[in-house]
Amino acid sequence: MLSLEDVSISYDGTPAVVGASLEVPDGSVVAVLGPSGCGKSTLLRAVAGLERPTGGRIGWDGADLAGVPTHKRGFALMFQDGQLFTHLTVARNVGYALRLRRVPDVAQRVERLLALVGLEGYGARLPGTLSGGERQRVALARSLAAEPRLLLLDEPLSALDAGLRERLAADLHDILREAGTTTLVVTHDQEEAFALADRLVVMREGRIVQQGDIADVWARPVDAQTALFLGYARVLDGAAAARVLGVVGLEGDAVALRRSALTVAPEPAGGGGPGSDLAGTVRAVRATPDAIRVVVAVPGIGEVDALASPSARTAVGQQVALGVDASRLAVLGRT
Amino acid sequence: MKRAAGLVALAALPLGVLTVFFVLPVVGMLGRGLWPDGSFDPAALYDVLTRPRVGRVVWFTVWTSTVATIAAVLLGLPAAYALHRLDFPLRGVVRSALLVPFVLPTVVVGVAFRQLLREGGPMGFLGIDGTPWAILAGLVFFNVAVVIRSVGAAWESLDRRPGEAAAALGATPRQVFTTITLPALRPAIVSSASVVFLFCATAFGVVLTIGGVRYASVETEIYLLTTVLYDLPGAAALSIVQLLAVVALLAVSARVRRVPDPTVQRATPRPLRPRRSDAPQLVATAALLALLAAPIAALVAESLRVDDRWSLGHYRNLATTGGDGVLVVPVTTALRNSLQTALDATWIALLLGLLVSIVLTRRSRSSTERRVRSLLDGFFMLPLGVSAVTLGFGFLVTLGREPLDLRTWPLLVPVAQALVALPLVVRTLVPVLAGIDDRQRQAAASLGAGALRTAMTVDVPTVLRPVVAAAGFAFAVSLGEFGATSFLSRADHPTVPVVIFRLIGRPGEGNYGMALAASVVLAATTALVILAVERLRVPALGSW
Repeated sequence: MLSLEDVSISYDGTPAVVGASLEVPDGSVVAVLGPSGCGKSTLLRAVAGLERPTGGRIGWDGADLAGVPTHKRGFALMFQDGQLFTHLTVARNVGYALRLRRVPDVAQRVERLLALVGLEGYGARLPGTLSGGERQRVALARSLAAEPRLLLLDEPLSALDAGLRERLAADLHDILREAGTTTLVVTHDQEEAFALADRLVVMREGRIVQQGDIADVWARPVDAQTALFLGYARVLDGAAAARVLGVVGLEGDAVALRRSALTVAPEPAGGGGPGSDLAGTVRAVRATPDAIRVVVAVPGIGEVDALASPSARTAVGQQVALGVDASRLAVLGRT
Repeated sequence: MKRAAGLVALAALPLGVLTVFFVLPVVGMLGRGLWPDGSFDPAALYDVLTRPRVGRVVWFTVWTSTVATIAAVLLGLPAAYALHRLDFPLRGVVRSALLVPFVLPTVVVGVAFRQLLREGGPMGFLGIDGTPWAILAGLVFFNVAVVIRSVGAAWESLDRRPGEAAAALGATPRQVFTTITLPALRPAIVSSASVVFLFCATAFGVVLTIGGVRYASVETEIYLLTTVLYDLPGAAALSIVQLLAVVALLAVSARVRRVPDPTVQRATPRPLRPRRSDAPQLVATAALLALLAAPIAALVAESLRVDDRWSLGHYRNLATTGGDGVLVVPVTTALRNSLQTALDATWIALLLGLLVSIVLTRRSRSSTERRVRSLLDGFFMLPLGVSAVTLGFGFLVTLGREPLDLRTWPLLVPVAQALVALPLVVRTLVPVLAGIDDRQRQAAASLGAGALRTAMTVDVPTVLRPVVAAAGFAFAVSLGEFGATSFLSRADHPTVPVVIFRLIGRPGEGNYGMALAASVVLAATTALVILAVERLRVPALGSW
């Protein structure tokens, strides 16, 4: 188990990470999620032994790792862009760690690993001839070949385009579970984190602001900024929050709304049916393949996002009533 | 069609100059050897090559160059690392200081080593004065800067992350070095090693001043055969051997340099504070610095001593023509000649070098165009491979009579020196020009800039500093040029290296002292030029 206790790292006196504590239990996948520049990559490099913490303790199974050089930690680090060794073939890249340790049957193991990442027969190619996704797969196979105690992934998918990212995320999830590898992944992309991890650590400006089971963090972001970063569209507070929460019988000082938390209610016969004390004027309409997204100006609350049924023919300037989906919002504590 | 015409127009001047002042003399020189009496006589060539002395000379050249190259690489690598990957106080000063030996005039280096190693000298106890070991030391002294520079530039911009990835996979620092760093540096190491070998194999001033006639390399043997023994067929035969060997060497090094995938990630990471594990490299660098400083220190110290007392007497004598009137003009006049000649050589080399670099780096649109360019590239590099002695003597035999009598042409010596400096200028400018992303020019053009305006916006700002640097190099090379100049300079119009060589060839403490003083003055001048260039220099040579 990896444990960080109160770890701080600074560059030339500028703090990059402040008092970070977290744990990565054996066999689990933990994602550190944060905007770029929040210090998450620095944290990862410190775990790999590439940066020296200015304070705190990084330990493995209780043993302090301070002074243990990178190559003796047994943590494989996979870089954002793979960092394949361009002068070596795919097979030699994957077999790199095996050759270092003079393991027998390198060729066979390499073939197995390439099969695991879906790249059978790519052994003789040079990294320069691979696509971005293939390169990341090779990098993953190379890291797994080292049979690391801990796998460190630095934005493993963010260099790829959207469709590929989704596919590879699913593959990566399965491969990590299959190999049972303890993994710490840092990313700025909440979907990537969601697709890969069991636990989530949210980092902002060098500090860890929230951590926990991924579903819990998702359902209960600790504050407005975290909520917005996790993909919530808007945060309302005070009276506005109370009005929205009141519709579904909840209470709170602030509420974070996903884009689909509010829905345009079907046109009631007499207009403004019961429970629809949320009503307003449509300000903008945007069609997406799945639904119609609208922006509604609600008096006393301001502009909010809502979903409309494609059949409803919502138009700008129209008066609509809004319903609330309690599973698509999060009640926030005092901010 | 228009592009081809433009290419030809740009290439015309350098091609013309190179044809008249390089191809013609070299061919003339070779003709002297192969057609001794106007008829083709390859048997004479065979006779020369089977002489036992020629065999010895070739063998001596090969083994000294090989050993000196290996030594220069081994000494240069730790310093390249320390000076380009680590950050410590005075790093810039040490970097500049280590560059100085490369531009020191060869004659000065020779004199300095003799002074250091002679009996009773500071390191006379080694007893290697006048032995091949002294020659080796001189060659290494001269060339280690090449390794530090070119490997250092490659090392400086080497991305740290592949090494980190390897370490994270369990590679020890040593394994990271051998499996990741060394392969990435291989092209730089191979090309610097082949250039060093080339410089060693064609070294003239160092070998002649340290080794005298006892140990001759191919280059000094050519000199002896032409000037002392008047054995032109012999000299021509050796020149042919040398030319072929150089071409073969360049071809082989191009092959060895080729790597599976030449793209290397360039990132220029911040240099790190030295750690304890860097101590060996730092110590090696300090030791190298001391080794390089020793001959210079010995030279300066002895130049200040007259009759075992400290004195500026030797320097005062520079205004005279030496004891027994050994010189035709005083050293001060020679210094003025040197500066004037170097100035002329610099603008010629710069003009030619710029044209050549532009021709070589314009984007090729067709495979024919590309082939023409690579042919031109090889052609303009030829002066690197032809010995300065061959060139100088070729000048003498072809340009010294009708229809081209240029003996009294004031630019004769500058042109010869410019040709010697040309490859260096081209090699400084080509990477910079080639490194400019063509899309920048396209962007400028798409915003409405004409060809001239585009060049002013994109090319000129990038190239300005490298051009100044190249000018400095050309100036320094020209100041110290000895091989070709020794043939071409007229007795009443000598340059300083020629004067120094004349002085050390004559007995008398006064003359020797004057040679030392003149060497110090010349060394100081070149060092000043090169240090000034260093200050102007963009942070690194190889980062683009």
